[in-house]
Amino acid sequence: MTKVPSTMSWRTGDNIASRPWRGRVRDYDLFKELTIGVVVVGLLVLGLSAIFSSPDDPGVTLKSWAAAAPADFVATATAELGGSSGTAGYGPPYNSTPDASQHLGFFNPQELSGVRLAIDTANDFVINPLKTQSTQLPAVAVWTAATADQQAKWAANYSAALAAAPDGDPAQVAKGSYGPVPELAGALLGMARSGNLDGVLQNSGQPYNLNYTPTILFLGDGSYFPSLAAAAHLTGDQWGVMNETGNTPGQSWLWLFSLFYQIEPFKSSPNADILVVSTMLVLSLLLTLLPFIPGLRSLPRKIPIHRLIWKDYYGQR
Amino acid sequence: MSTVKESSPDPELAGTGAYTWTGKSRQWFLRHLPPEKLLPEDQPSYVASWAYVFGMGAVAGLIFIIGSGVVLSLNGPQWYHVSSLGHFTNSVHLWSVELFFMFMVVHLWIKFWMAAWRGGRLLTWITGMLAFLVSIVTAFTGYLLQTNFDSQWIAFEAKDALNAVGIGAWFNVANLGQIFMWHIMLLPLAVGAVVALHVVLVRAHGVVPPLDAAATDAQLRDSTAGAQDPEAKPS
Amino acid sequence: MHELLAQAPLPVTPGTYFGWGPVMIQSGNLVVILTMLALFILALILPFPGGRSRK
Repeated sequence: MTKVPSTMSWRTGDNIASRPWRGRVRDYDLFKELTIGVVVVGLLVLGLSAIFSSPDDPGVTLKSWAAAAPADFVATATAELGGSSGTAGYGPPYNSTPDASQHLGFFNPQELSGVRLAIDTANDFVINPLKTQSTQLPAVAVWTAATADQQAKWAANYSAALAAAPDGDPAQVAKGSYGPVPELAGALLGMARSGNLDGVLQNSGQPYNLNYTPTILFLGDGSYFPSLAAAAHLTGDQWGVMNETGNTPGQSWLWLFSLFYQIEPFKSSPNADILVVSTMLVLSLLLTLLPFIPGLRSLPRKIPIHRLIWKDYYGQR
Repeated sequence: MSTVKESSPDPELAGTGAYTWTGKSRQWFLRHLPPEKLLPEDQPSYVASWAYVFGMGAVAGLIFIIGSGVVLSLNGPQWYHVSSLGHFTNSVHLWSVELFFMFMVVHLWIKFWMAAWRGGRLLTWITGMLAFLVSIVTAFTGYLLQTNFDSQWIAFEAKDALNAVGIGAWFNVANLGQIFMWHIMLLPLAVGAVVALHVVLVRAHGVVPPLDAAATDAQLRDSTAGAQDPEAKPS
Repeated sequence: MHELLAQAPLPVTPGTYFGWGPVMIQSGNLVVILTMLALFILALILPFPGGRSRK
């Protein structure tokens, strides 16, 4: 029996894969298979849902943060005032901090997209919320009247003093030249504790608002929120991209995306995100266009797993 | 396009339809996807393995995703925090997604080892891969809609990758309204369309034959000289 | 921050993790991945209940 090995090419040609099948057939019922599939998968879904349910760990509010970690809240508010927080130095799309964006050589899509979600941390996170209160703080007027240099100096001094104080406790900070910063940060802590800050920061003065960007960024600039995520194995360096809280499976299909963040050269690169995303895009494209790639498309012939898949067919001819 | 001048026994082809866009389209569809291909009652004899059930499993998973998603949509994103029925519906949505991905990934592995793109099935492979990739983005937006600790953290963490490639403003993971639209409208339409196209292409091209299938196999009738295969009965 | 977390009960469920060097995997994800591998292998080796042949 002479056999010409069928081509691995995707092209339509004079071969058995390209012609309608002229061989023996077997009975098949598409709708019956669909019904069986729906019933089996339905039972699996209902069973898994009944047994394992789904996780729903309550979110963090600015109020719960202020109650659980007031020192961290004050330190973060000070960093937002002084422009030294993660968000303040982020670059596009939030602000135009120089040299903050990630790039691949000269290709810098982050810079190209521009500042589209403008955030001025001192005003948006601290000063404007304080201005919404019925009694105006004199400290706000002192702050707004000062020069940018003076503001930055006050905030930097207070940040350093908080870091030096036992447990970062604002009550135990040594005397120094902090201007109105301790009062502003303390007043914001009071707003957060009462729950007012959650509403003010999120609604931006509008009756309807579905945009949580300011709240999420402010939370992330602190240590409390990230430390909760770290305790639940959700941070990027813990394969957190694919993890869900508790033991419920998460996005396990992101395993490769997650893996790249654990290994060099991605791990320690300042351009880790754009490197990982571009690598994943290239790999996804390669897999999509695999039928065009000689060598890779011949793997199924070189490693003959197809012998197992079609063992009945091969056995009966 | 075949012309009406050709002598064809098929009145469908000889009819007036060939002159209009509608008629030409109908002819095109009937030629590429005749009803017996779209809704087949038989399959080649080699289509006999558990390897073939995973595509249908993924489709079944998708049906439960859409069903539970519709119930969740009708009640809004906060419902499942406060209602036990809501929480169960949320669980059904989650587990059907997990099963959908499991079946889809095993289906992808098996189709790779079958080299299922052979014989003009390129677009079937590509639409299958697209379905996988678009599903990943859709699932990701679903995780952002949980409105709990996990979604808060994912929003904070994932913004970096999206901002780094310059799409963070249009796909702002911390903007619930924007992500809501992506998840319940734009991306489900994309997944549905790609999956539907994929399934239609599978039907149009038929299931790829085994890698070492040959026209001399006993399971094949001789295509030129008629039924010489002792096992083949005239149909 | 850790002493701070120790003060209050953790508001987030931690989960069970397995680690080998740089590899760390959550129990749920591990089960999903092992199940997919098992399904793949079983699909190749289990006999398929035969349908009737025609023609």
